[in-house]
Amino acid sequence: MGRYLIRRTLFLILVLWIVSVLTFLIFVKLPAGDPARRAAGTRTTEAQVEEARERLGLNDPIWVQYTRFAKGLVPWPGWFLNEQVYYSFKNFVPVKEEIFGRIPVTITLAVGAGATWLLVGIPIGIISAIRRRSLADRAGMLFALFGVSAPVFWLGLLFLYIFWFKFQQMGWPHAPGSGIPTGENLFEAVLAGRFVMPWIVLALSFAALYSRMTRGNLIETMGEDYIRTARAKGLSERRVIFKHGLRAALTPVVTMFGMDLGLLLGGAIITETVFNLPGVGQYTLNAIKTSDFPAVMGVTVFAAFFVVVANLVVDVMYAALDPRVRYS
Amino acid sequence: MSSAAAPGDVLDPTSVTTAGTQIEGRTPWQLFWRRFRQDKFAIAGCVFIVLMTLLAISAPWIADNLLHRGPNNLFIYDSLDEYGLPIGPTFEKMELEGELQHGFWFGADQAGRDLFIRVIYGARTSLFVALVATGIATIIGVTIGMIAGFYRGKIDTFLMRLTDVVLSLPILLLALGLSAACGLQKEGCLGGLIRPGLLLVSYIIGLFSWPYIARIIRGQVFSLREKEFVEAARAQGASNLRIMTREILPNVIAPIIVYTTLIIPINVIFEAALSFLGVGVPATTPSWGRMLSEASAIFEAAWWMMFFPGFFLFMTTLAFNLAGDGLRDALDPKTAK
Repeated sequence: MGRYLIRRTLFLILVLWIVSVLTFLIFVKLPAGDPARRAAGTRTTEAQVEEARERLGLNDPIWVQYTRFAKGLVPWPGWFLNEQVYYSFKNFVPVKEEIFGRIPVTITLAVGAGATWLLVGIPIGIISAIRRRSLADRAGMLFALFGVSAPVFWLGLLFLYIFWFKFQQMGWPHAPGSGIPTGENLFEAVLAGRFVMPWIVLALSFAALYSRMTRGNLIETMGEDYIRTARAKGLSERRVIFKHGLRAALTPVVTMFGMDLGLLLGGAIITETVFNLPGVGQYTLNAIKTSDFPAVMGVTVFAAFFVVVANLVVDVMYAALDPRVRYS
Repeated sequence: MSSAAAPGDVLDPTSVTTAGTQIEGRTPWQLFWRRFRQDKFAIAGCVFIVLMTLLAISAPWIADNLLHRGPNNLFIYDSLDEYGLPIGPTFEKMELEGELQHGFWFGADQAGRDLFIRVIYGARTSLFVALVATGIATIIGVTIGMIAGFYRGKIDTFLMRLTDVVLSLPILLLALGLSAACGLQKEGCLGGLIRPGLLLVSYIIGLFSWPYIARIIRGQVFSLREKEFVEAARAQGASNLRIMTREILPNVIAPIIVYTTLIIPINVIFEAALSFLGVGVPATTPSWGRMLSEASAIFEAAWWMMFFPGFFLFMTTLAFNLAGDGLRDALDPKTAK
């Protein structure tokens, strides 16, 4: 286990390093034109462009430039997202401040959606698997098919149109519109139900995937020999399914969940855009569009960090959940 | 496993008994077709894909000869009302620039363009990008999967680690970055080597969607390389390259077809998402994603702008998913429901 952890951590660092190199190349070196001018913006004085060039070290050799960026990605006091490099010339705010100010919104969105899709997807999968070819199974799988095919940004607009705009027009109780009004804090926004539609819309496609996966895994597990043994020794069907079948069937689902949640914590770009939520994803998109690359660098590696850590956590949990797995 | 029914495989016993008293041999293709045509949903998906493709191909003809207007023609005086809002769907003839023309079947967009024409042109964009991107992903994925599965050992470890790395990348972010870096300025990137356009978006999507195929193919090749027919080919003195391309490749065609079909809808949505976020195909190219992004500003006043592009996008992905599921069930009986 110890050696396994070390190997996984090394892999994690390798991935983060590759991401940082890729982001550096893609955002700083790839686009045409002067990077300092792009960082500082077009409506700036020469002095500001020079200041940006100086701060970002764009006059130095390329590896010095990269090291400067990379240093800010090491979680070490004084280094991590240091304001020397990770400072946005677009709104004159340090990137660290922006990320930490916005992460609560993203966490609320991701965790709420995650809970929703587990609560919807897994029961549908279980019912479909144990009542195969029944009406419930067909309905569940039809839901899954529609869920995986419907793009989040279309669903979001449809939901807003129907449950916010149309319901309001009809004088019915309606969902709140998109965005969080200024002056309202996160807790008040959640209480006002501003996250309900984003949660449902974001969760729908995941719920569809998870119900398919649960169904497939459970059907496969129920054909295993140990299930036959459990039945043969006279256990109730309920016990066979929930105690023996589900444990093995849900292990891959847990893995998947960790990875998906990790991905979303780095910013649910599309959902945050559709519902105008001030999370990390929205910040990232703005930074990309305005070629604010100090911000993009910080945010991308931040997102990658969540993904690889989630991967690691999930792999370790795998051993706890599945007694057949032994790490060497 | 042996989804591709290698020549000489035992026939499916059920099909032998249903053949009645006279037992006749069936080719793998016949077996596949018998199973596939039972799946009404999959057939419906295929029919829709064919119709959509025809519509996409004939879009310029429809625009020129039937409606006499193109996807970027602006009719700000005829199709926007006094408040500047676009008119809704109508089948009645209407006067456009002084001539009586077909109405705007799907309504107009915020710039007074015919949404119907834009939606069918959007199908061209969507299908083109998805097919080219999936083609690239398939070529990369099959090559890497084949080499990893065939040579095993260090090469396999390296290639599979590479696959793991690509799978752990924040793909949407990097794709957004690449398309923004190369697609937002006219000069493109890499000193003008890569220029903005449909191909750029296809390359980017293809570059990120191969790991899935690589893993599947590797698993298949892993077991196939131990089969007797590979041994026989080797005994005849066939080179590794020949064994891979002539002996193993034909046996992994079935999973390639299935997973390619299942990746197409993912890539259709990927392109739409990039365009929705404003960094996909260039602004003048009609794209469902971009139309939805334009609609998000005024969807309360013009529901058709939000509904039609999204509906076509949804139906296209649904059709490919149905076809892909059907193909998988028909080609690989082990995973059948």
